[in-house]
Amino acid sequence: MTPTIEAHGLEKRYGKTTALDGLDLVAEAGQVVAVLGPNGAGKTTFVRAVATLLRLDGGTLRVAGHDVRREPDAVRRSIGLAGQFAAVEPAMTGRENLEMVARLFGRDRRTARAAAADVLATLALTDDADRLVRTYSGGMRRKLDLGASLVGSPRLLLLDEPTTGLDPRSRMDLWDAIRALVEAGTDVLLTTQYLDEADNLASQIVIVDHGRAVATGTPAELKRRIGGNVIEVHARRRDDLATVAIALDGLAGGEAAIDEATRRVTVGVDSDRAPLVSALRSVEAAGVEIDDIAMRQPTLDEVFLALTGRAAAG
Amino acid sequence: MTTLATPIDRRSSRFVPATLIVARRAALRYLRTPQLVVLGTIQMAGFMLVYRYVFGGAIDAGNIPYVDFVVPGFVTTGVLFMGIGASVAVAEDLEQGFIDRLRSLPIPRSSVLAARALADTAILTWSLGVTVAIGFLVGFRLHGSLLEGLAAFGLVVLFGYVFEWTFIAMGLFARTPQAAQGFGLLVFPLTFLSSAYVPVDSMPRALQLFAEYQPITYMVDAVRALTLGPDASAQLGHPAGYFITRALAWAVAILAVSVPLSVARYRRG
Repeated sequence: MTPTIEAHGLEKRYGKTTALDGLDLVAEAGQVVAVLGPNGAGKTTFVRAVATLLRLDGGTLRVAGHDVRREPDAVRRSIGLAGQFAAVEPAMTGRENLEMVARLFGRDRRTARAAAADVLATLALTDDADRLVRTYSGGMRRKLDLGASLVGSPRLLLLDEPTTGLDPRSRMDLWDAIRALVEAGTDVLLTTQYLDEADNLASQIVIVDHGRAVATGTPAELKRRIGGNVIEVHARRRDDLATVAIALDGLAGGEAAIDEATRRVTVGVDSDRAPLVSALRSVEAAGVEIDDIAMRQPTLDEVFLALTGRAAAG
Repeated sequence: MTTLATPIDRRSSRFVPATLIVARRAALRYLRTPQLVVLGTIQMAGFMLVYRYVFGGAIDAGNIPYVDFVVPGFVTTGVLFMGIGASVAVAEDLEQGFIDRLRSLPIPRSSVLAARALADTAILTWSLGVTVAIGFLVGFRLHGSLLEGLAAFGLVVLFGYVFEWTFIAMGLFARTPQAAQGFGLLVFPLTFLSSAYVPVDSMPRALQLFAEYQPITYMVDAVRALTLGPDASAQLGHPAGYFITRALAWAVAILAVSVPLSVARYRRG
Protein backbone atom coordinates (compact mmCIF):
# COMPACT_ATOMS: atom_id res chain seq x y z
CA MET A 1 0.00 0.00 0.00
CA THR A 2 1.25 3.50 -0.73
CA PRO A 3 2.51 5.38 2.30
CA THR A 4 -0.06 7.72 3.83
CA ILE A 5 2.37 10.61 3.80
CA GLU A 6 5.60 11.01 1.88
CA ALA A 7 7.33 14.31 2.55
CA HIS A 8 10.74 15.12 1.15
CA GLY A 9 12.70 18.26 1.77
CA LEU A 10 9.69 20.42 2.66
CA GLU A 11 10.40 24.12 2.86
CA LYS A 12 8.17 26.97 3.96
CA ARG A 13 9.19 30.48 4.86
CA TYR A 14 7.10 33.29 6.29
CA GLY A 15 9.06 36.43 5.60
CA LYS A 16 12.35 35.94 7.43
CA THR A 17 11.11 33.06 9.57
CA THR A 18 11.77 29.56 8.28
CA ALA A 19 8.93 27.31 9.42
CA LEU A 20 9.97 24.19 7.49
CA ASP A 21 13.60 23.71 6.65
CA GLY A 22 13.96 20.53 4.62
CA LEU A 23 11.57 18.33 6.59
CA ASP A 24 11.48 14.65 5.62
CA LEU A 25 8.80 12.33 6.89
CA VAL A 26 7.30 9.08 5.69
CA ALA A 27 4.19 7.67 7.36
CA GLU A 28 3.46 4.09 6.32
CA ALA A 29 -0.15 2.99 6.00
CA GLY A 30 -1.70 1.63 9.15
CA GLN A 31 0.32 3.80 11.48
CA VAL A 32 -0.27 6.50 14.01
CA VAL A 33 2.49 9.03 13.63
CA ALA A 34 3.14 11.66 16.26
CA VAL A 35 5.07 14.77 15.34
CA LEU A 36 6.62 15.88 18.57
CA GLY A 37 8.31 19.20 19.10
CA PRO A 38 8.30 22.48 20.98
CA ASN A 39 6.28 25.54 19.99
CA GLY A 40 7.53 27.01 16.76
CA ALA A 41 9.22 23.79 15.60
CA GLY A 42 7.10 23.68 12.46
CA LYS A 43 4.51 21.10 13.54
CA THR A 44 1.45 23.14 12.66
CA THR A 45 2.99 24.32 9.40
CA PHE A 46 3.56 20.70 8.44
CA VAL A 47 -0.04 19.71 9.22
CA ARG A 48 -1.31 22.70 7.26
CA ALA A 49 0.80 21.62 4.31
CA VAL A 50 -0.63 18.09 4.46
CA ALA A 51 -4.14 19.56 4.68
CA THR A 52 -3.49 21.61 1.51
CA LEU A 53 -3.92 24.83 3.48
CA LEU A 54 -0.67 26.41 2.40
CA ARG A 55 1.64 26.64 -0.55
CA LEU A 56 5.05 25.07 0.04
CA ASP A 57 8.19 26.89 -1.04
CA GLY A 58 10.01 23.66 -1.80
CA GLY A 59 10.06 19.89 -1.54
CA THR A 60 7.53 17.26 -2.53
CA LEU A 61 4.57 16.12 -0.49
CA ARG A 62 2.26 13.26 -1.35
CA VAL A 63 -0.74 12.35 0.78
CA ALA A 64 -2.41 8.99 0.18
CA GLY A 65 -0.44 8.88 -3.07
CA HIS A 66 -1.67 12.29 -4.30
CA ASP A 67 0.55 15.29 -4.81
CA VAL A 68 -0.71 18.20 -2.67
CA ARG A 69 0.08 20.71 -5.39
CA ARG A 70 -1.30 18.91 -8.42
CA GLU A 71 -4.24 17.02 -6.90
CA PRO A 72 -5.36 19.00 -3.86
CA ASP A 73 -8.96 17.86 -4.25
CA ALA A 74 -7.99 14.17 -4.10
CA VAL A 75 -5.93 14.95 -0.99
CA ARG A 76 -8.88 16.74 0.62
CA ARG A 77 -11.08 13.71 0.02
CA SER A 78 -8.55 11.54 1.86
CA ILE A 79 -8.12 13.64 4.99
CA GLY A 80 -10.03 14.91 7.98
CA LEU A 81 -8.62 17.85 9.91
CA ALA A 82 -9.12 18.71 13.56
CA GLY A 83 -7.18 21.70 14.69
CA GLN A 84 -5.96 23.45 17.81
CA PHE A 85 -9.19 25.37 17.92
CA ALA A 86 -12.50 23.60 17.95
CA ALA A 87 -13.71 24.72 14.53
CA VAL A 88 -17.35 23.91 15.06
CA GLU A 89 -20.31 26.28 14.81
CA PRO A 90 -21.54 27.26 18.30
CA ALA A 91 -24.95 28.37 16.98
CA MET A 92 -25.70 24.91 15.60
CA THR A 93 -26.31 21.65 17.41
CA GLY A 94 -23.68 18.94 17.48
CA ARG A 95 -25.72 16.90 15.04
CA GLU A 96 -26.22 19.83 12.65
CA ASN A 97 -22.49 20.49 12.66
CA LEU A 98 -21.63 16.94 11.71
CA GLU A 99 -24.39 16.70 9.09
CA MET A 100 -23.12 19.89 7.50
CA VAL A 101 -19.58 18.57 7.17
CA ALA A 102 -20.82 15.19 5.93
CA ARG A 103 -22.87 16.93 3.25
CA LEU A 104 -19.87 19.00 2.21
CA PHE A 105 -18.07 15.71 1.73
CA GLY A 106 -20.64 14.98 -0.94
CA ARG A 107 -23.05 12.75 0.96
CA ASP A 108 -26.75 13.17 0.37
CA ARG A 109 -29.08 14.23 3.17
CA ARG A 110 -29.94 10.70 4.26
CA THR A 111 -26.43 9.23 4.37
CA ALA A 112 -25.14 12.43 5.97
CA ARG A 113 -27.66 11.94 8.76
CA ALA A 114 -26.59 8.33 9.23
CA ALA A 115 -22.88 9.22 9.23
CA ALA A 116 -23.44 11.96 11.79
CA ALA A 117 -25.41 9.62 14.05
CA ASP A 118 -22.62 7.04 13.78
CA VAL A 119 -19.90 9.47 14.72
CA LEU A 120 -21.95 10.90 17.59
CA ALA A 121 -22.39 7.40 18.96
CA THR A 122 -18.69 6.60 18.55
CA LEU A 123 -17.72 9.68 20.53
CA ALA A 124 -20.45 9.17 23.15
CA LEU A 125 -22.05 12.50 22.24
CA THR A 126 -25.49 11.15 21.30
CA ASP A 127 -27.13 12.47 24.48
CA ASP A 128 -25.94 15.99 23.77
CA ALA A 129 -26.33 15.82 20.01
CA ASP A 130 -29.34 18.12 19.81
CA ARG A 131 -28.07 20.87 22.08
CA LEU A 132 -26.47 23.99 20.64
CA VAL A 133 -22.69 23.67 20.70
CA ARG A 134 -22.62 27.02 22.51
CA THR A 135 -23.66 25.10 25.62
CA TYR A 136 -20.90 22.45 25.31
CA SER A 137 -17.84 22.25 27.56
CA GLY A 138 -14.39 22.74 26.06
CA GLY A 139 -13.74 19.00 26.04
CA MET A 140 -17.04 18.26 24.30
CA ARG A 141 -16.34 20.86 21.63
CA ARG A 142 -12.95 19.32 20.99
CA LYS A 143 -14.58 15.90 20.69
CA LEU A 144 -17.15 17.26 18.27
CA ASP A 145 -14.34 18.86 16.27
CA LEU A 146 -12.72 15.45 16.11
CA GLY A 147 -16.07 14.09 15.00
CA ALA A 148 -16.29 16.66 12.22
CA SER A 149 -12.98 15.40 10.90
CA LEU A 150 -14.40 11.87 10.90
CA VAL A 151 -17.76 12.11 9.17
CA GLY A 152 -16.11 12.03 5.77
CA SER A 153 -14.56 8.65 6.65
CA PRO A 154 -11.08 9.90 5.79
CA ARG A 155 -8.15 7.57 5.26
CA LEU A 156 -5.96 9.94 7.28
CA LEU A 157 -6.89 11.98 10.31
CA LEU A 158 -4.84 15.10 10.98
CA LEU A 159 -4.93 16.15 14.62
CA ASP A 160 -3.08 19.34 15.41
CA GLU A 161 -2.40 19.40 19.16
CA PRO A 162 -5.73 17.72 19.86
CA THR A 163 -5.54 17.96 23.64
CA THR A 164 -3.77 21.28 24.18
CA GLY A 165 -5.63 23.27 26.82
CA LEU A 166 -7.85 20.42 27.98
CA ASP A 167 -8.18 19.29 31.58
CA PRO A 168 -6.66 15.88 32.36
CA ARG A 169 -9.99 14.07 32.34
CA SER A 170 -11.09 15.39 28.94
CA ARG A 171 -7.62 14.62 27.70
CA MET A 172 -7.92 10.93 28.66
CA ASP A 173 -11.38 10.92 27.13
CA LEU A 174 -10.09 12.21 23.84
CA TRP A 175 -7.20 9.74 23.89
CA ASP A 176 -9.71 6.90 24.27
CA ALA A 177 -11.69 8.24 21.32
CA ILE A 178 -8.56 8.48 19.18
CA ARG A 179 -7.47 4.97 20.15
CA ALA A 180 -10.87 3.59 19.17
CA LEU A 181 -10.51 5.18 15.73
CA VAL A 182 -7.07 3.74 15.28
CA GLU A 183 -8.37 0.29 16.11
CA ALA A 184 -11.06 0.80 13.48
CA GLY A 185 -8.30 1.30 10.93
CA THR A 186 -7.92 5.06 10.47
CA ASP A 187 -4.38 6.37 10.02
CA VAL A 188 -3.55 9.32 12.22
CA LEU A 189 -1.00 12.08 12.09
CA LEU A 190 -0.97 14.05 15.29
CA THR A 191 1.19 16.84 16.58
CA THR A 192 1.88 17.30 20.22
CA GLN A 193 4.19 18.96 22.70
CA TYR A 194 3.69 16.16 25.18
CA LEU A 195 5.86 13.09 25.19
CA ASP A 196 3.28 11.07 27.12
CA GLU A 197 0.67 11.82 24.46
CA ALA A 198 2.97 10.62 21.68
CA ASP A 199 3.93 7.61 23.76
CA ASN A 200 0.29 6.73 24.46
CA LEU A 201 -1.08 7.05 20.97
CA ALA A 202 1.63 6.73 18.38
CA SER A 203 3.37 3.78 16.79
CA GLN A 204 5.93 6.10 15.23
CA ILE A 205 7.31 9.34 16.66
CA VAL A 206 9.01 12.02 14.61
CA ILE A 207 10.78 14.65 16.64
CA VAL A 208 11.00 17.99 14.88
CA ASP A 209 12.98 21.06 15.71
CA HIS A 210 13.62 24.19 13.67
CA GLY A 211 11.57 22.86 10.77
CA ARG A 212 13.35 19.55 10.29
CA ALA A 213 13.04 16.01 11.62
CA VAL A 214 15.79 15.39 14.16
CA ALA A 215 14.86 11.84 15.19
CA THR A 216 12.41 9.15 14.13
CA GLY A 217 11.50 5.87 15.74
CA THR A 218 8.99 3.85 17.67
CA PRO A 219 8.37 5.08 21.22
CA ALA A 220 10.41 2.14 22.52
CA GLU A 221 13.35 2.92 20.24
CA LEU A 222 13.41 6.56 21.19
CA LYS A 223 13.12 5.77 24.85
CA ARG A 224 16.04 3.42 24.58
CA ARG A 225 18.03 6.22 23.05
CA ILE A 226 17.18 8.61 25.83
CA GLY A 227 17.40 6.02 28.59
CA GLY A 228 13.77 5.40 29.46
CA ASN A 229 12.58 7.20 32.58
CA VAL A 230 14.08 9.88 34.71
CA ILE A 231 14.68 9.85 38.42
CA GLU A 232 14.46 13.24 40.05
CA VAL A 233 15.74 14.01 43.53
CA HIS A 234 15.07 17.23 45.40
CA ALA A 235 17.85 17.77 47.90
CA ARG A 236 17.10 19.74 51.05
CA ARG A 237 20.41 21.61 51.07
CA ARG A 238 22.21 23.08 48.10
CA ASP A 239 25.56 21.83 49.45
CA ASP A 240 24.41 18.24 49.06
CA LEU A 241 23.67 18.42 45.32
CA ALA A 242 27.10 17.16 44.27
CA THR A 243 26.91 14.25 46.73
CA VAL A 244 23.49 13.28 45.37
CA ALA A 245 24.80 13.43 41.82
CA ILE A 246 27.68 11.11 42.66
CA ALA A 247 25.30 8.69 44.38
CA LEU A 248 23.00 8.63 41.35
CA ASP A 249 25.85 8.33 38.85
CA GLY A 250 26.46 4.87 40.23
CA LEU A 251 23.11 3.69 38.88
CA ALA A 252 22.61 2.37 35.39
CA GLY A 253 21.74 5.00 32.79
CA GLY A 254 23.29 8.33 31.97
CA GLU A 255 25.12 10.96 33.86
CA ALA A 256 23.27 12.83 36.58
CA ALA A 257 22.44 16.46 35.86
CA ILE A 258 22.34 19.12 38.58
CA ASP A 259 19.96 22.05 38.54
CA GLU A 260 21.19 24.47 41.21
CA ALA A 261 18.22 26.82 41.04
CA THR A 262 15.61 24.21 41.91
CA ARG A 263 17.98 22.03 44.03
CA ARG A 264 17.22 19.08 41.77
CA VAL A 265 19.34 16.24 40.48
CA THR A 266 18.04 14.18 37.57
CA VAL A 267 19.33 11.03 35.95
CA GLY A 268 18.05 8.87 33.10
CA VAL A 269 17.41 5.28 34.12
CA ASP A 270 16.55 2.00 32.52
CA SER A 271 12.93 1.35 33.41
CA ASP A 272 13.20 -2.43 33.13
CA ARG A 273 14.78 -2.80 36.55
CA ALA A 274 13.53 -1.23 39.75
CA PRO A 275 15.72 1.87 39.71
CA LEU A 276 13.70 3.95 42.14
CA VAL A 277 14.44 1.63 45.04
CA SER A 278 18.17 1.48 44.31
CA ALA A 279 18.27 5.24 43.83
CA LEU A 280 16.63 5.78 47.18
CA ARG A 281 19.07 3.35 48.79
CA SER A 282 22.18 4.99 47.36
CA VAL A 283 21.00 8.49 48.28
CA GLU A 284 20.30 7.25 51.79
CA ALA A 285 23.69 5.56 51.93
CA ALA A 286 25.28 8.88 50.98
CA GLY A 287 23.65 10.33 54.08
CA VAL A 288 21.85 13.19 52.34
CA GLU A 289 18.54 14.68 53.43
CA ILE A 290 16.07 14.91 50.60
CA ASP A 291 12.65 16.52 50.20
CA ASP A 292 11.40 14.29 47.46
CA ILE A 293 12.38 11.54 45.08
CA ALA A 294 10.35 10.43 42.10
CA MET A 295 10.52 8.55 38.85
CA ARG A 296 8.82 10.09 35.82
CA GLN A 297 8.86 10.21 32.04
CA PRO A 298 11.42 12.55 30.55
CA THR A 299 10.15 15.99 29.59
CA LEU A 300 10.41 17.24 26.06
CA ASP A 301 13.42 19.31 27.12
CA GLU A 302 15.22 16.23 28.37
CA VAL A 303 14.39 14.34 25.19
CA PHE A 304 15.86 17.15 23.16
CA LEU A 305 18.90 17.29 25.34
CA ALA A 306 19.44 13.57 24.95
CA LEU A 307 18.85 13.49 21.20
CA THR A 308 20.32 16.75 20.04
CA GLY A 309 22.67 17.66 22.85
CA ARG A 310 20.94 20.98 23.41
CA ALA A 311 17.81 22.43 24.89
CA ALA A 312 14.59 22.69 22.87
CA ALA A 313 13.96 25.92 21.00
CA GLY A 314 11.10 28.20 21.97
CA MET B 1 -17.09 1.94 13.54
CA THR B 2 -19.82 1.56 11.00
CA THR B 3 -19.10 4.88 9.28
CA LEU B 4 -16.24 3.26 7.45
CA ALA B 5 -18.59 0.75 5.91
CA THR B 6 -21.10 3.34 4.70
CA PRO B 7 -20.69 3.91 0.98
CA ILE B 8 -19.64 7.46 0.29
CA ASP B 9 -19.86 9.56 -2.79
CA ARG B 10 -16.28 10.34 -3.68
CA ARG B 11 -17.09 13.26 -5.94
CA SER B 12 -16.58 16.76 -4.57
CA SER B 13 -19.73 18.55 -3.62
CA ARG B 14 -20.37 20.88 -6.44
CA PHE B 15 -20.44 24.63 -6.26
CA VAL B 16 -24.17 25.28 -5.77
CA PRO B 17 -24.96 22.70 -3.07
CA ALA B 18 -21.73 23.50 -1.21
CA THR B 19 -22.50 27.23 -1.33
CA LEU B 20 -26.01 26.70 -0.01
CA ILE B 21 -24.86 24.44 2.82
CA VAL B 22 -22.18 26.86 3.96
CA ALA B 23 -24.54 29.84 3.58
CA ARG B 24 -27.16 28.12 5.73
CA ARG B 25 -24.69 27.94 8.58
CA ALA B 26 -23.91 31.68 8.36
CA ALA B 27 -27.61 32.50 8.34
CA LEU B 28 -28.31 30.21 11.32
CA ARG B 29 -25.46 31.82 13.22
CA TYR B 30 -27.19 35.18 12.77
CA LEU B 31 -30.74 34.00 13.44
CA ARG B 32 -29.76 32.06 16.56
CA THR B 33 -27.93 34.99 18.09
CA PRO B 34 -30.86 37.09 19.35
CA GLN B 35 -28.51 39.91 20.40
CA LEU B 36 -27.63 40.49 16.76
CA VAL B 37 -31.20 40.43 15.51
CA VAL B 38 -32.88 42.43 18.28
CA LEU B 39 -30.10 44.92 19.02
CA GLY B 40 -29.51 45.53 15.33
CA THR B 41 -33.15 46.42 14.81
CA ILE B 42 -33.36 48.62 17.90
CA GLN B 43 -30.19 50.44 16.91
CA MET B 44 -31.50 51.04 13.43
CA ALA B 45 -34.82 52.37 14.72
CA GLY B 46 -33.04 54.57 17.26
CA PHE B 47 -30.82 56.25 14.67
CA MET B 48 -33.74 56.71 12.36
CA LEU B 49 -35.68 58.53 15.09
CA VAL B 50 -32.67 60.70 15.89
CA TYR B 51 -32.26 61.80 12.28
CA ARG B 52 -35.94 62.26 11.71
CA TYR B 53 -36.79 64.19 14.86
CA VAL B 54 -33.53 65.53 16.36
CA PHE B 55 -31.38 66.59 13.40
CA GLY B 56 -34.26 66.77 10.98
CA GLY B 57 -35.55 70.09 12.26
CA ALA B 58 -32.18 71.79 11.74
CA ILE B 59 -31.37 70.47 8.26
CA ASP B 60 -32.73 72.21 5.18
CA ALA B 61 -33.18 69.70 2.38
CA GLY B 62 -34.52 72.26 -0.09
CA ASN B 63 -38.08 71.79 -1.16
CA ILE B 64 -38.27 68.10 -0.17
CA PRO B 65 -39.57 67.21 3.32
CA TYR B 66 -36.49 66.06 5.29
CA VAL B 67 -38.07 62.68 6.03
CA ASP B 68 -38.32 61.97 2.28
CA PHE B 69 -34.75 63.15 1.89
CA VAL B 70 -33.15 61.19 4.72
CA VAL B 71 -34.94 57.83 4.67
CA PRO B 72 -33.52 56.79 1.27
CA GLY B 73 -30.11 57.99 2.45
CA PHE B 74 -30.45 56.15 5.72
CA VAL B 75 -31.56 52.90 4.10
CA THR B 76 -28.83 53.01 1.45
CA THR B 77 -26.00 53.74 3.88
CA GLY B 78 -27.47 51.06 6.15
CA VAL B 79 -25.81 48.44 3.95
CA LEU B 80 -22.41 49.81 4.95
CA PHE B 81 -23.11 49.73 8.65
CA MET B 82 -24.49 46.20 8.36
CA GLY B 83 -21.42 45.24 6.35
CA ILE B 84 -19.14 45.86 9.31
CA GLY B 85 -20.82 42.89 11.00
CA ALA B 86 -20.08 40.71 7.98
CA SER B 87 -16.45 41.74 8.03
CA VAL B 88 -16.17 40.87 11.72
CA ALA B 89 -17.85 37.50 11.10
CA VAL B 90 -15.34 36.64 8.35
CA ALA B 91 -12.42 37.55 10.62
CA GLU B 92 -13.94 35.39 13.38
CA ASP B 93 -14.23 32.42 11.04
CA LEU B 94 -10.62 32.89 10.07
CA GLU B 95 -9.37 33.27 13.62
CA GLN B 96 -11.37 30.38 15.02
CA GLY B 97 -10.22 27.92 12.37
CA PHE B 98 -13.60 27.52 10.72
CA ILE B 99 -12.26 28.67 7.37
CA ASP B 100 -9.37 26.21 7.71
CA ARG B 101 -11.88 23.43 8.16
CA LEU B 102 -13.80 24.49 5.07
CA ARG B 103 -10.59 24.85 3.08
CA SER B 104 -9.60 21.30 4.00
CA LEU B 105 -12.87 19.89 2.62
CA PRO B 106 -13.35 18.66 -0.94
CA ILE B 107 -15.51 21.59 -2.04
CA PRO B 108 -14.76 24.33 -4.58
CA ARG B 109 -12.92 27.00 -2.64
CA SER B 110 -14.93 29.76 -4.27
CA SER B 111 -18.08 28.39 -2.64
CA VAL B 112 -16.99 29.50 0.83
CA LEU B 113 -16.81 33.19 -0.07
CA ALA B 114 -19.86 32.98 -2.30
CA ALA B 115 -21.77 31.47 0.63
CA ARG B 116 -20.74 34.30 2.90
CA ALA B 117 -21.87 36.93 0.36
CA LEU B 118 -25.15 35.09 -0.22
CA ALA B 119 -26.00 34.61 3.45
CA ASP B 120 -25.09 38.15 4.40
CA THR B 121 -27.06 39.61 1.52
CA ALA B 122 -30.09 37.63 2.69
CA ILE B 123 -29.66 38.89 6.25
CA LEU B 124 -29.16 42.39 4.91
CA THR B 125 -32.35 42.22 2.85
CA TRP B 126 -34.27 41.37 5.98
CA SER B 127 -32.71 44.20 7.98
CA LEU B 128 -33.33 46.65 5.14
CA GLY B 129 -36.96 45.60 5.08
CA VAL B 130 -37.24 46.42 8.77
CA THR B 131 -35.51 49.78 8.23
CA VAL B 132 -37.86 50.68 5.39
CA ALA B 133 -40.87 49.77 7.55
CA ILE B 134 -39.61 52.05 10.31
CA GLY B 135 -39.11 54.74 7.67
CA PHE B 136 -42.77 54.51 6.64
CA LEU B 137 -43.76 54.66 10.32
CA VAL B 138 -41.97 57.98 10.82
CA GLY B 139 -43.63 59.54 7.79
CA PHE B 140 -41.64 58.58 4.69
CA ARG B 141 -43.77 58.26 1.52
CA LEU B 142 -43.15 57.10 -2.04
CA HIS B 143 -43.85 59.87 -4.54
CA GLY B 144 -43.32 57.70 -7.59
CA SER B 145 -44.91 54.39 -8.54
CA LEU B 146 -44.76 51.25 -6.43
CA LEU B 147 -42.63 49.72 -9.17
CA GLU B 148 -40.09 52.52 -8.79
CA GLY B 149 -40.16 51.95 -5.04
CA LEU B 150 -39.43 48.26 -5.52
CA ALA B 151 -36.67 49.12 -7.98
CA ALA B 152 -35.17 51.43 -5.36
CA PHE B 153 -35.22 48.62 -2.81
CA GLY B 154 -33.69 46.23 -5.35
CA LEU B 155 -30.88 48.71 -5.97
CA VAL B 156 -30.11 48.95 -2.27
CA VAL B 157 -29.92 45.15 -2.01
CA LEU B 158 -27.62 45.11 -5.04
CA PHE B 159 -25.36 47.75 -3.48
CA GLY B 160 -25.42 45.69 -0.31
CA TYR B 161 -24.20 42.64 -2.22
CA VAL B 162 -21.47 44.71 -3.89
CA PHE B 163 -20.17 46.15 -0.61
CA GLU B 164 -20.46 42.70 0.96
CA TRP B 165 -17.41 41.71 -1.11
CA THR B 166 -15.52 44.75 0.11
CA PHE B 167 -16.28 43.75 3.68
CA ILE B 168 -15.30 40.13 3.03
CA ALA B 169 -11.96 41.38 1.72
CA MET B 170 -11.58 43.60 4.78
CA GLY B 171 -12.36 40.71 7.12
CA LEU B 172 -9.86 38.45 5.37
CA PHE B 173 -7.12 41.06 5.51
CA ALA B 174 -7.91 42.12 9.08
CA ARG B 175 -7.60 38.51 10.35
CA THR B 176 -8.93 39.39 13.83
CA PRO B 177 -12.44 40.58 14.68
CA GLN B 178 -11.02 43.59 16.54
CA ALA B 179 -9.05 44.73 13.51
CA ALA B 180 -12.06 44.15 11.27
CA GLN B 181 -14.14 46.35 13.56
CA GLY B 182 -11.41 48.98 13.29
CA PHE B 183 -11.40 48.86 9.48
CA GLY B 184 -15.16 49.26 9.71
CA LEU B 185 -14.72 52.80 11.03
CA LEU B 186 -13.86 53.82 7.47
CA VAL B 187 -17.58 53.61 6.85
CA PHE B 188 -18.15 56.81 8.84
CA PRO B 189 -16.29 59.33 6.65
CA LEU B 190 -17.67 57.61 3.57
CA THR B 191 -21.29 57.90 4.66
CA PHE B 192 -21.15 61.31 6.33
CA LEU B 193 -19.27 62.88 3.43
CA SER B 194 -22.05 61.97 1.05
CA SER B 195 -25.54 63.15 0.17
CA ALA B 196 -27.05 60.58 2.55
CA TYR B 197 -27.97 62.82 5.49
CA VAL B 198 -27.45 66.40 4.32
CA PRO B 199 -27.46 68.05 0.87
CA VAL B 200 -23.93 68.11 -0.53
CA ASP B 201 -24.11 71.82 -1.43
CA SER B 202 -24.30 72.69 2.27
CA MET B 203 -20.69 71.46 2.70
CA PRO B 204 -17.47 73.48 2.26
CA ARG B 205 -16.13 73.40 -1.31
CA ALA B 206 -13.30 70.91 -0.67
CA LEU B 207 -15.62 68.37 0.94
CA GLN B 208 -18.20 68.90 -1.79
CA LEU B 209 -15.69 67.80 -4.41
CA PHE B 210 -15.21 64.49 -2.65
CA ALA B 211 -18.85 64.08 -1.66
CA GLU B 212 -20.24 64.72 -5.11
CA TYR B 213 -18.26 62.05 -6.96
CA GLN B 214 -17.93 59.27 -4.42
CA PRO B 215 -20.03 56.12 -4.90
CA ILE B 216 -22.30 56.53 -1.88
CA THR B 217 -23.68 59.82 -3.15
CA TYR B 218 -24.57 58.37 -6.53
CA MET B 219 -26.10 55.31 -4.89
CA VAL B 220 -28.13 57.35 -2.40
CA ASP B 221 -29.31 59.74 -5.10
CA ALA B 222 -30.27 56.88 -7.41
CA VAL B 223 -32.44 55.40 -4.67
CA ARG B 224 -33.76 58.81 -3.65
CA ALA B 225 -34.67 59.76 -7.22
CA LEU B 226 -36.69 56.57 -7.62
CA THR B 227 -38.70 57.32 -4.47
CA LEU B 228 -39.28 60.95 -5.42
CA GLY B 229 -40.97 59.98 -8.67
CA PRO B 230 -41.62 62.60 -11.37
CA ASP B 231 -40.25 65.49 -9.27
CA ALA B 232 -36.82 63.88 -8.88
CA SER B 233 -35.19 65.77 -11.72
CA ALA B 234 -36.34 69.14 -10.45
CA GLN B 235 -35.23 68.43 -6.91
CA LEU B 236 -31.96 66.56 -7.44
CA GLY B 237 -30.81 68.28 -10.63
CA HIS B 238 -30.87 65.13 -12.75
CA PRO B 239 -33.38 62.36 -13.56
CA ALA B 240 -33.10 58.98 -11.85
CA GLY B 241 -31.34 57.40 -14.85
CA TYR B 242 -28.38 59.77 -14.47
CA PHE B 243 -27.71 58.62 -10.92
CA ILE B 244 -28.50 54.96 -11.59
CA THR B 245 -25.98 54.60 -14.43
CA ARG B 246 -23.23 56.24 -12.37
CA ALA B 247 -24.09 54.22 -9.28
CA LEU B 248 -23.99 51.00 -11.29
CA ALA B 249 -20.65 51.96 -12.82
CA TRP B 250 -19.26 52.44 -9.32
CA ALA B 251 -20.80 49.09 -8.27
CA VAL B 252 -19.03 47.29 -11.12
CA ALA B 253 -15.75 49.01 -10.24
CA ILE B 254 -16.05 48.06 -6.57
CA LEU B 255 -16.83 44.43 -7.44
CA ALA B 256 -13.94 44.34 -9.91
CA VAL B 257 -11.56 45.24 -7.09
CA SER B 258 -13.14 43.48 -4.11
CA VAL B 259 -13.85 40.04 -5.57
CA PRO B 260 -10.36 39.30 -6.96
CA LEU B 261 -8.83 40.76 -3.80
CA SER B 262 -10.96 38.52 -1.56
CA VAL B 263 -10.34 35.43 -3.65
CA ALA B 264 -6.59 36.03 -3.80
CA ARG B 265 -6.38 36.59 -0.04
CA TYR B 266 -8.48 33.50 0.62
CA ARG B 267 -6.41 31.31 -1.69
CA ARG B 268 -3.15 32.39 -0.12
CA GLY B 269 -4.25 30.98 3.24
